[in-house]
Amino acid sequence: MSKTTKKKTTKRKTSKKKWTRVDGRKPDELRPIHIESGVIPNADGSAYIEMGRNKIIAGVYGPREMHPKRFSKPNMGILRCRYHMAPFSVDPRRSPAPSRRDKEISMVMTDAIEPALFLERYPRSVIDVFVEIIEADGGTRCASINAAAVALADAGIPMKDLVSSCASGKYEGNLILDLGDYEDKNGESDVPVAYLPKNDQVTLLQMEGIMTQDETEKCIELAIEGCKQIYEIQKEALKKKYGMVEATEETEEAPEEEEPVEEAEEE
Amino acid sequence: MSVKFETRDIVVPGDLLYEGRIRTGENTFRSEGNVYSNKVGLVNYSKDRVSVIALEGTYTPLVGDLVVGMVSDIELGQWVVDISTSVNAILTMPDAINKSFRTNFDMTRVLDVGDVVVAKIVDLDRRRTPILSILGRDLGKVHEGFIMKITPSKIPRLIGKKGSMINMILRGTRCQITIGQNGKILINGRNREDEELVVKVIHKIETEAHTSGLTNRIQEYLRTIKEDRN
Repeated sequence: MSKTTKKKTTKRKTSKKKWTRVDGRKPDELRPIHIESGVIPNADGSAYIEMGRNKIIAGVYGPREMHPKRFSKPNMGILRCRYHMAPFSVDPRRSPAPSRRDKEISMVMTDAIEPALFLERYPRSVIDVFVEIIEADGGTRCASINAAAVALADAGIPMKDLVSSCASGKYEGNLILDLGDYEDKNGESDVPVAYLPKNDQVTLLQMEGIMTQDETEKCIELAIEGCKQIYEIQKEALKKKYGMVEATEETEEAPEEEEPVEEAEEE
Repeated sequence: MSVKFETRDIVVPGDLLYEGRIRTGENTFRSEGNVYSNKVGLVNYSKDRVSVIALEGTYTPLVGDLVVGMVSDIELGQWVVDISTSVNAILTMPDAINKSFRTNFDMTRVLDVGDVVVAKIVDLDRRRTPILSILGRDLGKVHEGFIMKITPSKIPRLIGKKGSMINMILRGTRCQITIGQNGKILINGRNREDEELVVKVIHKIETEAHTSGLTNRIQEYLRTIKEDRN
């Protein structure tokens, strides 16, 4: 009896040493992320994110007049998010009609982003966020929140902080960060978290699957660490839009002979 | 009590600008005793306050602003004008017609839905709805020209110090340009080429609004384009 258990433990030990994730990442490693802001010229603000093989585009319109008017609130603005997966974003093709899942994620996104906005400044109006999944590879709701936050900042909507979001979970008994599609579908558990780094506030916490209490707590901490990494990438993306012009145009220029923005005066 | 950035650094929402007591300027907010940015912009530290010059942003109406808008609806005794704010503006009949009128006056004779107007914000009512007027010099319905949109936060840059930038463009292109504070610019030139030149220059100003020495660069840019054309 004792022999067999010993064998088992040694076996598990060796297998644990060899254990790697499906795509060869470390357990606490994010997928490569690329964010670009200001990609839709006709939108007030926009962002494009590639998070692993996820490809997502987000557009922000507003604050603008709400239609139908009866849904507007007299004391504050409304944030309206629309999450939508393109028919070709997954295999097999999915129906373009908004599904139950799409509606849930739209709602969850709204709730995750709302605490970061000063909605009380825009009574009777609405801020529309449209998120389109072009290619899906697990963790689209987190990537969507990341893109939407950058797009909102790009639109010049006053925000308390950027919202970062990242999932963690359990796959083959190991706690891992930022699950891909395969790990998401075949793993034991999945915990998407959205986080406001400045206030140390969690605005989204969902969980699917089975984990012990201890594991869950560790998972949330792991996800928050991931969010903090993403936060830095989001900041970089917003600054990059302006950095490029500065780098090419402002070398050896006579600096500061005029004020940055003067009081407006009519011609 | 410490400064976290240098003046004219680019900041993003949530960036800590100042630790300690200081007055908060525009586009900043205080949280737990510290001052943070709430927009993407250039931070500006002055003696007793910290502010952020927004690089992106929607237009917030102010009394006295000149705006370019489009009539979107006609209601009883008033026009609803879309001036790209969060709430549509109202233009009432006494603010549009400079003589007595009867209540059964046909409002479409003055302005119809789809008409573009240059108007002035005369008031914000108690629900903060902008009230417009088209009575005054250079105000009223627009008959010719075309509209260009830029980010409203970059309008002061387009006008320049005491109108230096816009006067240079006016001299260089001989176009009529009306700048609405809401980011809509009405351009009316003698020929298509002049108008296209204005569009090019304004685009350049918009993309480089955050850099310094812009007026000189735009002057150079205007000259090179003109030389190319000749």
